[in-house]
Amino acid sequence: MTYDAIIIGGGHNGLVAAAYLAKAGRKVLVLEQRAVLGGAAATEEVLPGFRFNTGAHDAGLFRQEIIDELALEKHGLSFISSPVAAFTPRLQADAPPLILWNDLKKTAETLSAISEKDAESFPRYIEHIRTMTAMLDEIILRTPPNLFENRFADLTPWLKSGLKFKRMGKQDMMAFLRVLPMSAWQFLDEWFESERLKGLLGSTSIFGSLQGPMAAGTAFMLFYQHLGAQNSGLASSRQIKGGIGQLSDALAAVVRAQGGEIHTETPVQKIVFENGVATGVQLQDGEIISSKIVISNADPKRTFFELVGARHLGPEFNRKVRAIKMKGSTAKLNLALSALPEFVNAPSGQEHLQGHIVICPSLEYLERAYDDAKYGRFSEQPLLDITIPSLLDPSLAPEGKHVMSITMRYAPFVSKKADCEHYGNHVRNKIIDTLADYAPNLRDCIEHSQVLTATEWQREYGMTEGSILHGQMGLDQLLFMRPIPGFGQYHTPIENLYLCGAGTHPGGGVTGAPGRNAAKEILKKR
Amino acid sequence: MPIPTPFHSRTAALCKSHEWRDWAGYLAAVTYEPTHEREYWAIRNSAGLIDVTPLFKYEISGPEALAVVDRIITRDASKCAIGQVLYTPWCNEAGKIVDDGTLTRLAEDRFRVTAADPNLQWFEDCAFGFDASVRDITAELGALALQGPLSLEILRKLAPHAEIEKLKFFRQLETKMAGIPVEITRTGYTGDLGYEVWCASTHAEKVWDLLMDAGHNYGMLPAGLAALDISRVEAGFLLADVDYFSCRKAVIAPQFSSAYEVGLGWAVKLDKSDFVGKKALQQEEQRGSQWAFAGLEIDWPELEKLFAEFDLPPQITGRASREGVPIYKNGKQIGKVTSSTFSPILKKYLALCTIEAQHAKIGTEIEMEVTVEYHRKKAPARVANTPFYDPPRKRATF
Repeated sequence: MTYDAIIIGGGHNGLVAAAYLAKAGRKVLVLEQRAVLGGAAATEEVLPGFRFNTGAHDAGLFRQEIIDELALEKHGLSFISSPVAAFTPRLQADAPPLILWNDLKKTAETLSAISEKDAESFPRYIEHIRTMTAMLDEIILRTPPNLFENRFADLTPWLKSGLKFKRMGKQDMMAFLRVLPMSAWQFLDEWFESERLKGLLGSTSIFGSLQGPMAAGTAFMLFYQHLGAQNSGLASSRQIKGGIGQLSDALAAVVRAQGGEIHTETPVQKIVFENGVATGVQLQDGEIISSKIVISNADPKRTFFELVGARHLGPEFNRKVRAIKMKGSTAKLNLALSALPEFVNAPSGQEHLQGHIVICPSLEYLERAYDDAKYGRFSEQPLLDITIPSLLDPSLAPEGKHVMSITMRYAPFVSKKADCEHYGNHVRNKIIDTLADYAPNLRDCIEHSQVLTATEWQREYGMTEGSILHGQMGLDQLLFMRPIPGFGQYHTPIENLYLCGAGTHPGGGVTGAPGRNAAKEILKKR
Repeated sequence: MPIPTPFHSRTAALCKSHEWRDWAGYLAAVTYEPTHEREYWAIRNSAGLIDVTPLFKYEISGPEALAVVDRIITRDASKCAIGQVLYTPWCNEAGKIVDDGTLTRLAEDRFRVTAADPNLQWFEDCAFGFDASVRDITAELGALALQGPLSLEILRKLAPHAEIEKLKFFRQLETKMAGIPVEITRTGYTGDLGYEVWCASTHAEKVWDLLMDAGHNYGMLPAGLAALDISRVEAGFLLADVDYFSCRKAVIAPQFSSAYEVGLGWAVKLDKSDFVGKKALQQEEQRGSQWAFAGLEIDWPELEKLFAEFDLPPQITGRASREGVPIYKNGKQIGKVTSSTFSPILKKYLALCTIEAQHAKIGTEIEMEVTVEYHRKKAPARVANTPFYDPPRKRATF
């Protein structure tokens, strides 16, 4: 039997694409190599009773349009919002806590204890960043035009965006063009004086990339992450009930309800094609499944060099794909905790722990953390972005116990086998040592830990060089240049082979946008 | 600044004209004597010895070397026997020429490619994902072209046991000259009987001396690029950057040329395994090309008349010209001459041109622009077969 579409990879984007195609009446088959769906947006029971968001923390960036169009809430998706966006622990017990709330007034209150000036600037900053992100919001669900061909049909949807851009007014238009290529450092420096505040706000600017906050273009990621924020100025602070895996389950439910099939533990060996036209896939066990089209949710390098094979693609194309900057820099430590850690400067209660707990005392701290990574080492003093989702969702851990997820930057991808061997353990120790300085009782609370570095992202999750974004999101790898110039429209040089993963526009993060955009493009053509 | 070739100590001593040209970063003698004429006649009547070291040279080796080479070139490398040489172009994904050169199969899994321009990155890009490696061996090898009717006799004297007379056109052998290992290919750029001698650059001077000694009694002369250029136009050979532009240098659409458009359609094997540019070339083959490559013979008596209007004898350069000149049909420009020369041996004024495909038929009457005493004139010309000069000995078996 022949499918209309085979989707390689049951990550959230693959499932989104599958759901849209299934909804449009196409016969789809999703093939996932792992036992759980979701890829890097999965919830896994690493230890009995402890359910971890092994990859992404939350799905704050996930597009409401997709939730509505696929009626995901009917399929079990619900969000829990935390009033607190972020709390920054300090080493000194008497230091005033810095907490970002989704309530602007409350944030201003805590800020005034740190800097009156910054407290005053903050509401204007939020207004500014919202104006800037509105433009991004506008283009995320649009397929970038192919500038090499200048087809009018490609450009018409963008006329709307162009109009919107124009409606921003001259001042904001100029500001938008000015800030996009800025470094997060420079951008935040123009707004605030408190190093702590700048450190916290800037901590999102290097999300998933091997760059420091002084690198040009990092302001972009600040805006991108802010798409999920409410009024906090940081990033999303909503979590999915039951863990992020519920998103994949809801998407899978949509696919199945429309007659689609999903096979887990079914790794694809290669994409099968004849005369440059994809005709199906070959599984690792040798079975060949044919399909009218093949959609790869894998990153571009894995898709083209492993699933297709460089020899079947042109040298000019290969050169561009090889040049995609991928190097992962994110490590994740998942801790099963018997009790909550106590931070030295914490206010009373648990509310402040419900959002992100961020260790990034200043942008200089972050830049220095990057300095290590620049030379291939993990950071001596890393950025830690911590969540304890079991606080708001007790179903994730046994009663009275907690799951803590720590995202650490930077732990750059190491390619030498000898370096890989103990890398995870070193990173684990580094994270625990760093965090224990802020929460001295941490070690006593740990029942179990799971560490995932770029090595594991590559080996177990299939992400080349452990790049959780499927390629850095620098300005040179966005829009019509994502994954490479000339192929920004989800198509590939192999006819009937498409991409739908984070390596395509608009990029990484649990947005669902690449999957939806890819499906729309495919449905337009077929 | 160009660098000397491994033969420089010898060529410099002989270069009385002091006229050098930068050829691919190397110093190359344009003429040794004050004018090129004796050197040209040596090539046509006895033999000329030309330092062709500046050709870029690459070695592609490894278990999948054949697959890589076959992916690069438009000809079928799988049909290239060990010891065989193929002349071939190679194209980009759009079927536009990257470069042209010769491919020599040195062993089952080892090939040498010569090129006009640097190609290391291109070849490496083509080899990506294959079990093969590419090496630039330009500086490691010295290369001399020994061209002309007596070239065989001269080589036989130096390598009497090598049975060079049995070496067929576009074949290669390995032998020794006075104990020095050399490779000889029956190839060249003059369209005559001729060979190219390849040796380690450390042996270059010795090999030069041996050939000069052996050639002395045969009237052999060292020959420079001026003589070579006339010979190659007579032979109808393309020159990169003159008769076509590599797709890597072309900046606007009309500057790109497909393999078909430079007259190398015969070297495009669409029935072989996949190669870079195949799809585009297939489409072009079905659609038909916009441009064609052709030879032209300019009507000499008519040309004389144009000059006579000004009481002048025909004034054309003694050397081959690389000047681009418009060509016309019924007053409309239909292409351009890219190389031209007066052929001393054929006593004809010849040109190579890129012409709109519908006018490329042999015998088509067209006009070529000539400037006579600052006035633009049109001289009648006729599309002619290339090679213009094609002696049977070029490919004869002895």
